[in-house]
Amino acid sequence: MAKVLVVTSGKGGVGKTTTTAALGAALAKTGQSVVLVDFDVGLRNLDLIMGAERRVVFDLINVIQGDANLAQALIKDKRIETLSLLPASQTRDKDALTAEGVAKVVSELRKKFDWVICDSPAGIERGAQMAMHHADMAVIVTNPEVSSVRDSDRIIGMLDSTTEKARAGEKMPKHLLLTRYDPQRAASGDMLGTDDVLEILSIPLLGIVPESPDVLKASNLGAPVTIAEPSSAAAGAYMEAARRLMGEDIKVTIPTERRGMLDWLFKWRAA
Amino acid sequence: MSFLSNLFNKRSSAPIARDRLQILLAHERMSVDGSGNQDDLLAKLHREIMEVIKRHISVDQDKVQIKMDRGAQCSVLEIDVEVPGLTDRLAKKDDKDKDDKDKKD
Repeated sequence: MAKVLVVTSGKGGVGKTTTTAALGAALAKTGQSVVLVDFDVGLRNLDLIMGAERRVVFDLINVIQGDANLAQALIKDKRIETLSLLPASQTRDKDALTAEGVAKVVSELRKKFDWVICDSPAGIERGAQMAMHHADMAVIVTNPEVSSVRDSDRIIGMLDSTTEKARAGEKMPKHLLLTRYDPQRAASGDMLGTDDVLEILSIPLLGIVPESPDVLKASNLGAPVTIAEPSSAAAGAYMEAARRLMGEDIKVTIPTERRGMLDWLFKWRAA
Repeated sequence: MSFLSNLFNKRSSAPIARDRLQILLAHERMSVDGSGNQDDLLAKLHREIMEVIKRHISVDQDKVQIKMDRGAQCSVLEIDVEVPGLTDRLAKKDDKDKDDKDKKD
């Protein structure tokens, strides 16, 4: 049975698109068939993060309006055979995302893939609502920082009230993914702790992704971090999160400060 | 360790990011300005090419693949049309002949 997963946050810049790409690639690497759908109409970026920006022909709006069929709009990843992308339109506006149109596309995608991962735009407007509307489960991307936690709380409220699942009286499974976690600041007590965020939002933890230069490097190259830098700590956290989404019961790794020999040496000399 | 990995690393990632952005933005500016709406041009080309093909053969929309590769110097629009096989047509023709015969009988 296909699962529709929305990656959402409310706040912008917390790592939704990075997460969509990295989680999607991690799931696809295990052999699951995965499609990533960009809902950020007018400001698409998932194509760029996936390195497919030169190959976009048709988009989600073209499919909704019948200018192209789904097979023509889907872009197959060149690195992982089971991974595809449905880009958002860059030129149309969000009003073109009709509820019926999105419903039709999502139900068609359900038939073709094991996972349909919807990359939500920031905010709580139409694009974000459409991205979450048909979801079976949600990943809420949050930074350990006050405004991000507040916005996540708002989004959790929307997931529990406006979605199809909520309207049917069912409970939407939600998972917290803490991103841009800084082990050094966590150790010094200058960052909201994982426990604090979990207590405030009270949803289960999917993983903790450390702030990492590998993520920036991967986006420069146009590859999900789980493909570009698979041995990095960030990729490890996403790989773990993907296994947890597939139902495995594994302990969440809490990122720790990892220092090289030279760092220690310099610290010692500076002291 | 970091200087060692820098030594052995082939190429840093920022120049790749810059090149990708330059190509992408050159194309996007063209289509957003409206001066030479490239997205529309592609849609138009696709539509008109398909019209010509449809005049001669019936094409299943699911068997048309469209690929795009935007480059710095030139872009490639690739339209793959699966033409119904000769055997299919012969089979249909046989059926038709048979029908005709049946009618004659």
